Amino acid sequence: MPSKSFASRTYRDQGVVLRTHKLGEADRIIILLTAKHGQIRAVAKGVRRTSSKFGARLEPFMVADLQLVAGRTLDIVTQAVSLGWYGRDIAADYSRYTVGAAMTETAERLTDVDSESATAQYQLLIGGLAALSRGEYPPEMILDSYLLRALATAGWAPSFTECARCSAPGPHSAFSPALGGVACHDCRPPGSAAPAPGTVVLLAALLEGDWTQAVKAEEQQRKEASTLVAAYLQWHLERAVRSMKLVERV
Amino acid sequence: MYEGAVQELIDELGRLPGVGPKSAQRIAFHILEADPEDMKRLATSITTVKERVQFCEICGNVTEEATCSICRDTRRDPSVICVVEESKDVIAVERTRSFKGRYHVLGGSINPIAGIGPEQLRIRELMTRLSDEQIQEIIIATDPNLEGEATATYLGRLLQSIGVTVSRLASGLPVGGDLEYADEVTLGRAFEGRRSVSS
Ligand SMILES: [Zn+2]
Repeated sequence: MPSKSFASRTYRDQGVVLRTHKLGEADRIIILLTAKHGQIRAVAKGVRRTSSKFGARLEPFMVADLQLVAGRTLDIVTQAVSLGWYGRDIAADYSRYTVGAAMTETAERLTDVDSESATAQYQLLIGGLAALSRGEYPPEMILDSYLLRALATAGWAPSFTECARCSAPGPHSAFSPALGGVACHDCRPPGSAAPAPGTVVLLAALLEGDWTQAVKAEEQQRKEASTLVAAYLQWHLERAVRSMKLVERV
Repeated sequence: MYEGAVQELIDELGRLPGVGPKSAQRIAFHILEADPEDMKRLATSITTVKERVQFCEICGNVTEEATCSICRDTRRDPSVICVVEESKDVIAVERTRSFKGRYHVLGGSINPIAGIGPEQLRIRELMTRLSDEQIQEIIIATDPNLEGEATATYLGRLLQSIGVTVSRLASGLPVGGDLEYADEVTLGRAFEGRRSVSS
């Protein structure tokens, strides 16, 4: 079988770096979420040398316009032009850093098999990282909003108004990750959480991206919302998201 | 798949950092064809290193005794500590000849996705040293890449309240790389121009 030419294997896309790890002497494997090609694993050659032409453009949380060459198991990054320099501002604040890690780890999990929603997941993640790097809202609220929206994009949209089972109009006072949101008095499974009404309003606002509403929430409601979001995430992903343990809560 | 011992060797080699299955196979066959005496020496040096070498009780650097030669050297300035990620970074900084203090080796950098948080690094040991020794300045020389920066941010925040001067190597170091690849001149200059992280 004739192998395809170098030129025909070259492609271009925009991507955000989810994670990197060392390879050999001075290379790194870069795990990327791209706009058009879904999740990609590529080698960046010589990137750990201080003379590397890539500089910091292929570090976690960075968004770049990339040129790649498709390989059998791993692609190779040949060019990278920065589109979003988010890494520096995220690494300069430890709370942002742990939240950023939880976001990229979740994005990797949600896109490793599901390539259908990858483009939407890409847009959502770069929006979240941009907000995180600008410090617009408290990092843990950006995380909760991102997690709810990422899970919704993956097909697991929670319901915070009508009953997740019988669609009875809300507000309801029980929440069940297994059921997929709030539940009415008749549908609530035993052992459901019973969040405060303000917490359910906050969750709905975080899912909608309604920040005017979300920032009105009190500390107690933010804490409760975070616990429920973490439970909802855990329910849908088989393995725990490791970074969640290091996220600093208010 | 090869039989027994050969496959076992390939599997073991394949677990080493930077060695893929193909390289593992190539190295295994090199070992098979090489002079037995040479390979015996290799095996002995692996055994010896595992038996004799340990981590310094004070700074975490590699040593053949309870404490490393730098911690034992009374001519070194006990009031300054340079915090690095790994022992190989101690070598890189020593090469510059511009640092006369002592070290603290963290054992890596904070990387939440890899399950490495502050608890997994030798940060508690650093705090203990700060309460016992007469330390006045901490120079953070973690890698100039994202995980290294985030680790420096964490340490800066943690050490802020303690009343020691905390500084970070100057930004002259190209970002994205590993400290060990910085040349002596650049690294030396980064030491001279270190900036305090007191915000
Ligand atoms: Zn020592």
